[in-house]
Amino acid sequence: MTLPAMLPALPEIFLAVFGMALMMLGVFSPEKRAFKTVCTFSIAALLATLVLVLANPGGRGVAFNGLFIVDGFALYMKVLVLIGSVVTLLMSERFLRHEGMDRFEYPVLIVFATLGMMMMLSANDLIALYLGLELQSLSLYVVAAFQRDSLRSTEAGLKYFVLGALSSGLLLYGCSMIYGYAGTTEFASIARVVSAGALPAGLVIGLVFLITGLAFKVSAVPFHMWTPDVYEGAPTPVTAFFSVAPKIAAIGLFLRVMVGPFDGMIAEWRQVIVFISVLSMVLGAFAAINQTNIKRLMAYSSIGHVGYALMGLAAGGRSGVTAVLVYMTIYLFMNIGTFACILSMRRQGSMVEGIDDFAGLGKTNPKMAMAMLIFMFSLAGIPPLGGFFGKLYVFMAAIQAGLVTLAIIGVVASVVGAFYYLRIVKLMYFDDAAEPFDTPIGKGVGAVLAVTAVITLLFFVGLSPVVEVADAAAASLLQN
Amino acid sequence: MDELLREYLPILIFLVIATGIAVLMVVASYLVAKQRPDSEKLSAYECGFEAFDDARSRFDVRFYLVAILFIIFDLEVAFLFPWAVAFGDIGVFGFCSMVIFLAVLTVGFIYEWRKGALEWE
Repeated sequence: MTLPAMLPALPEIFLAVFGMALMMLGVFSPEKRAFKTVCTFSIAALLATLVLVLANPGGRGVAFNGLFIVDGFALYMKVLVLIGSVVTLLMSERFLRHEGMDRFEYPVLIVFATLGMMMMLSANDLIALYLGLELQSLSLYVVAAFQRDSLRSTEAGLKYFVLGALSSGLLLYGCSMIYGYAGTTEFASIARVVSAGALPAGLVIGLVFLITGLAFKVSAVPFHMWTPDVYEGAPTPVTAFFSVAPKIAAIGLFLRVMVGPFDGMIAEWRQVIVFISVLSMVLGAFAAINQTNIKRLMAYSSIGHVGYALMGLAAGGRSGVTAVLVYMTIYLFMNIGTFACILSMRRQGSMVEGIDDFAGLGKTNPKMAMAMLIFMFSLAGIPPLGGFFGKLYVFMAAIQAGLVTLAIIGVVASVVGAFYYLRIVKLMYFDDAAEPFDTPIGKGVGAVLAVTAVITLLFFVGLSPVVEVADAAAASLLQN
Repeated sequence: MDELLREYLPILIFLVIATGIAVLMVVASYLVAKQRPDSEKLSAYECGFEAFDDARSRFDVRFYLVAILFIIFDLEVAFLFPWAVAFGDIGVFGFCSMVIFLAVLTVGFIYEWRKGALEWE
């Protein structure tokens, strides 16, 4: 019996087996304790997977007859995704119990979604890409609608499902066109066809459909329509999860597909990416201005941030990919931190989501206001906080690639965007105090809030090692 | 590349013929047959008795659940057939792959069983 190589996929295999074991554990343990037990074991499983990912000696490994690839890039992105998932579970536990939706399926679905994202990041073939993407999406549709009694949550789930299915259809159509004209689904072979010159029109059309499908998944304009509704309707910890892990995974997949097999067609896809990047940055900046719901505001903010990340992709090359990786790293921490704040917005036992509810937070809860101040300044890109360096690297990469106009539009959009982040700061420190939020906010959320605030504030201390690792990861992606 | 596309030519021909026959049948029945509709002919067909009410009413969600479960196990069988036919050639590795696939399905089956999805009342 000859086995295909599987060792590079060890973390994924471990997580898949453990995920199924968790499902059995949940369904066989007494109903009252099931959620708590499964939640604890899920966090343990994700942490163990993180250790397995980090224990990888590095270097390139291929598994399952070339469908699955492990390189520095995949490892880097997987670490980010796993951190996002673990932190989400840490923050969710208390919220779900308060809202009476503490069913053990939630952590299991998060584990399966994470597995799908890891598969996406290691995809080396159009079929593997689709399998990972669907495993992730199907789990996410369910968690979006997890608050079954809430009309908004079910609406969010259904909307996400219908539009997600549409985008998967577009993506699959693109894949079939690419297969039809390249004659292969494997990335390395597609790259050979692309670099052989004389591009058939069908390949370009297929690529455009593929970009459309991926743009849906990262919620870039003009494929962003679902984002505000889904972010607003989904339970808050789920929104926190949506805004980081799937977004990082989809950006990673975007990079792998564009810089990998389609590197030779950069002249064709660069204009498309520049276009959606500009639209995302501008819409993210302007549409967020008159929002009154903080989750909706964060949805537009995330659309804007995807625009900046795509600017790095448009720049391409080693510096572009490095910039995107650094950007997503900072984005992970500042976004998780902001959502930890939102999760603590609770008055007399029920959640509040209005931006006005922040009024006077500087007087009623100075610690939380200070953390929120750090995140808002960082999201706006004000030095010396983390968000500034993310933008700096992206703009530098764009200018190096000769996309000066794009970089200027990015700077202007970020100035406009700073308005609504600073409005929250103004509300917190200069407006009359509203009723204070409930305290204590819970150990999990409190710890996440403190750690992410410190990381965002002191990111410049660890900047050079992060950039070094990101640069090595980018180099490993380009070498394929 | 052209050879690859040429391999799909039979499928294209098949699609054209299938579409052609379907369109032909619908159009021909309009042109050739006599159309004398009355309320009896246009009402929904029910075997042996007159229609009670509109067919577009709400169903119990459990019907959908059963339908979904049926599809899953139906697909499983669809996978098992080619596996069984090729069993002689794929050896122990093929056998193990299918056993793992079935084990994953069984985990899902145990879950729905414990959740009571198979109990009607």
